This record gives sequence, structure tokens and C-alpha cells, in this order.
Amino acid sequence: MAETHSLQDLRQQAAIASKVFVQRDYTSGTICKFQTKFPSELETRIDKQQFEETIQTLNNLYAEAEKLGGKSYLEGCLACLTAYTIFLCMETHYEKVLKKIAKYIQEQNEKVYAPLGLLLTDPIERGLRVVEISIYEDRSIGSR
Amino acid sequence: MPEAKSRARSRYLIRPRPRDASRRKGKEGLGGGERHCPYLSSRLTPAIPVIGGVLFCFVIGTLLRTSFSDPGVLPRATPDEAADLERQIDVANGSTSTGYRPPPRTREVVINGQTVKLKYCFTCKIFRPPRASHCSLCDNCVERFDHHCPWVGNCVGRRNYRFFYMFILSLSFLTIFIFAFVITRVILRSETVGFLSALKDSPARYPLKSTAGGLVNTELLRNSSYLPSFSFLAESGPAASENRLVVVCFFSVWSIVGLSGFHTYLIGSNQTTNEDIKGSWSSKRGKDNYNPYSHGNIFTNCCAALCGPLPPSLIDRRGYILPDTPLPAPPTNGITMYGATQSQSHMAAATPLLQNSAEQPLVAEEPPLPGRASLGGGGGGGGGGGPCPASLLLGQPTPPTSTPSLSCDGEIIPPHPPHPPEPPHLHPHAPHQHQHPHPHPHPHSHHHFLTPEEAPSPPGMLPCSSPLAHSHTVPFYHPASQDSLHEDSVRGLVKLSSV
Repeated sequence: MAETHSLQDLRQQAAIASKVFVQRDYTSGTICKFQTKFPSELETRIDKQQFEETIQTLNNLYAEAEKLGGKSYLEGCLACLTAYTIFLCMETHYEKVLKKIAKYIQEQNEKVYAPLGLLLTDPIERGLRVVEISIYEDRSIGSR
Repeated sequence: MPEAKSRARSRYLIRPRPRDASRRKGKEGLGGGERHCPYLSSRLTPAIPVIGGVLFCFVIGTLLRTSFSDPGVLPRATPDEAADLERQIDVANGSTSTGYRPPPRTREVVINGQTVKLKYCFTCKIFRPPRASHCSLCDNCVERFDHHCPWVGNCVGRRNYRFFYMFILSLSFLTIFIFAFVITRVILRSETVGFLSALKDSPARYPLKSTAGGLVNTELLRNSSYLPSFSFLAESGPAASENRLVVVCFFSVWSIVGLSGFHTYLIGSNQTTNEDIKGSWSSKRGKDNYNPYSHGNIFTNCCAALCGPLPPSLIDRRGYILPDTPLPAPPTNGITMYGATQSQSHMAAATPLLQNSAEQPLVAEEPPLPGRASLGGGGGGGGGGGPCPASLLLGQPTPPTSTPSLSCDGEIIPPHPPHPPEPPHLHPHAPHQHQHPHPHPHPHSHHHFLTPEEAPSPPGMLPCSSPLAHSHTVPFYHPASQDSLHEDSVRGLVKLSSV
């Protein structure tokens, strides 16, 4: 889990008030896709548009990872021919995209979610079942 | 020089001298297969053992890859996730928690026009993705669950299906290869002695006239007493191993080739063995029933299954398992590390291979392939697939837990320190523990047999009797009890009561 100092500080200082789980959306089959429905617990915290955009980008990235196309077939055949030893040297396409996703999530956390007291957890750490959003206690000097 | 070569070759086509026969005899002790190689390699071409060796290595390689790769295990839900799901289910069901069994937990999803039911897995505390299934032998939910192969010792699922397919395909080629060359050897030997004599040890015993190239031997056809006797199998000596090899190869070829053909069909139609056996997408169920996962044409389906992107493993199989706060509850099958997922950031679901093989008796759990030209019931040779007692339990989502797990759970409840001190012990260990409405928040696993009967009674009235091997009955799964103490103990055991 890649975290910057600021996020870790946030974690240590604040307590998690609750967690929201965005479940998988299986309407397109078994591909990895998350529901874009806006959870009610986040209504007070974040803009609906922003949230949907994040989830949609994640969905697009996962779709890219699992895409069936010439490139992935080529990789599969090449791997088969080399008895899968080629993966000692290079990463699979899926893993490359997963790295991209991890970077994206970290970036989103830093820019958007941490200032709002939220934290996105990379779905791969939850077995690609959910996007876990931790809501931290609101300790800011505000109306609450 | 080509002329010399052809002359040399033609020399071998003429009947070999008796010297050859005596020389061959010296290599009897090696057994059928090995003896054939020098003979065939000198007689025909030395490429034969080379090709055979390459095929064999490939078969072993794919077998090992299938056995030791993660089939696509879904890690168990973290306690927070499970709690969240429970809440959602309660809201959806209208919380009929008056002591009656809660209705089965399913969700319906429309995929490509077909309605698919997603079932809730009580062991893993998740709603299973479509095509996933819980394997009772591995005790994990597996994505795109095909079957649990006892020959390979692992589940066959999304991540290792292609290796499994390559294994059985290469094994078919290997068995056909061996069979062909064993027959060739018999034929070649029968050129010197008669066909029947080639199958026998001593040619003098059956003074049948040998015909040249004697495979089609009229004597054999006329001599009807020979065919049913199979006495040639019981021979001892150099021909005996050959005969047995022929028989073994024959049955192997049929079962393995049949299995490969079946899986080729499955790949082409993008189905799993599980779905095919249940007839989920067969047209017999309804006119509009079709497979929503199929890509349309066979070629795309094949490419997707065999050459598609290989997703990485979702579980951390090398991570250290950190125990939870010390539990008074007995360890379960030793598999679940699920409490540890909270303490570490990696998924630490069970490593299915090592633990289960020690615990579970290896029942032939392979679902029987329905008459698809496979003699054995599984992924293997002729004689192995006969009885598949619990075969249909596998790949079935929740209710009937197979006997092995029952017996294991029964065994695992050890005679551990007395129960009265339990309640005070629990509190320091379970800071998040809820106040249970019933008097004994006992984390013990319980017998299956009792729960369906206990279920109707209100939770507070359960007796704390222990006539059954120290097991205390816990009522049906209390939705609110999400503390880690209960996770391990009620894992999978409430299925019968709730579904």
C-alpha cells in the first residue's frame, strides 16, 4: 500500500468513523467493474460527480487490463511458447495496469480525498471485491 | 550417401537374422517401454524416443503448473466488509429475526439478458461473483470454478484452466504416441514370428502359422477361444509387459482423449464443467436460455480461454500468518487466516494445497462427466474414476457440506479448559464484542445436525448441554456478531441453518 507521509499522519491522528464499501457491478459479466451508485454516507463529504468520475476511471482501467485483443493474445501465445519463463523477465499486461491503478488511487487520495477526510483503499487489497472508502472523523474546525 | 543409406534401410526391411532376436532378449529386464526404444529407434528412427521425451517433459511441466498455481481463489471478506453486507441483507430482508431461519441470501443480476443468481457464501462471507463456486476440498471460493481435480490435487479455475487443458491435451498426444508405437512394435515383431506368438512368450506353444505382416491374422479371427481368454495378460516374460502396456494405453487413450474432447467443447462454448453438469445454459431449461458469457464464436472463446490475459493472484501465499488475539475457540481446519487480514494489508486466504491434503480424505470428488465419452470420471486414466460418492457436492454452492469437513470439525473440538471461565475470558479478547442476547457467547463450532433443529427456537433458550463431544450449540448465525472470535468458529457451519 503506497502511502505518503500526509496520509499516514492523517491515519494516525484521525480515527476511522466508518467505512463505505462500493460493491462490484456484474451486469457486464465477470469483468472487474464497480458500481457507480453514489453511497448515501458520502453525501455530506464529497461531490457526487467527483466520486463517479473516480469510479468510472477505475472501471476503465480494469477494463483495459482485462481487454481481449491482439496484444493480449500475442502476450499469451508468447508466454506459452516460452513455457511461461518470460514472466521472469517481464510483467504481464494485467500487472502493469494494476500498477497504474495503484498510482492513480494514490494520486486521487492525495489530491481529492484526503483533504475531505476520506481514504480510498486499492481494491486489489480486498481481492477486487470492493472499493473501500474509509471515512475519518471530521476534526476540522467546522460546523460539525 | 543416399544410396548406402537406402541400402542399409532395405536390409532392415528383410527379415532380421536370428542374431537380432537373441540380442534383443538381453534387454528384457528394462520393461516394456524402455525395451521398445532401442528397438524402435534402431528399426525406424531415433527421433521416436526424443519426441516421446519432449512430450513427457511437457506433460509433467503442465501438470506441475496446474497443481501449484493459484486457481483464482477469492480471499475471504474482512470483518468490516462482512458487517456491511450483513447490514445490507438485513435491510433488504426486512430483518425477520424472530428466531426463524432467515431467507436464503441471493442477489439477482442480469447479465447480457440472462438472470443470474449470486449466492452468498457463508464461509467466505461474500456474495460470489458469477461463475465462482466454493470448493469444499480447498475450502475457498474459486473464480470461474471448473472442478476440483483429484489427479492434479488442485482446483481448476480461472487462473489455471489453460494449464490444465494443455496438460490433458499433451497427455492425450503422449498416450496416443505410446500406444501407436507399442502397436508398431507388436507388428514389427510379428513380422518375424506370428502375431499370436508375438503376444506370447514362447512361440513353440502355439504352433500357428505365421503370416507375413501378420496383424490381420485369419487364425486369430477363427480362433474364437483366444479372444475372450485374455490369458496373454497373465504371461510373464518380455511379452507380458508389452501386453499390459497395450491394455493400459488403450484405456488411457480413450479416457484422456475423451476428456480432452470434452474440455475442447467446453472451451469452445465458454462453459465450465460445473455449468455444463448443472445444465445452467442448456436449451433444455428453456427456450431463451443461452450462455451469457460466450463471446459469440468459437474462435474468440478459445482465444479468450487459452490466450487471454492472466490475472494475478488475489491472495498472498507467502505472507506470514499473524494470529489473532489468543482465542479460546479451537482452531478450525487450520486454514483460515482471515482474522489476520485485519492486521496485515495483504490478503491472506488459505493456501489450499498443503493444508487440506493432510486433513481431508481424498475422496474422488470429481463430478462425473456425463457420458461424454470419458471412461474415467476425472482427469485421469482408466481405472480411477469409478466411485464418485460425493461428486455432486463439489461445485455446489452452499448447502451440503461434504462429509470430510463434517468429520474434521467434529474432531477439532478438543477437550480444552472448562467452559465456565469462558465468558470472562472473552471480553479482553474481543473488544468489539456485542452484547449477545443469549447467555453463552460461545465461540465454539457446532454440529451441523443440531442447528436446523435449534434454529426455530428463540436464541435465548438454547441449552448449554454438551453431550456431543464438547460442542456447544450456537444458534443460527447472528447477524450482528461480527467479532473475530465468531468468524473462525462459525465459518461455513451455519450454511445448513440459513439456506
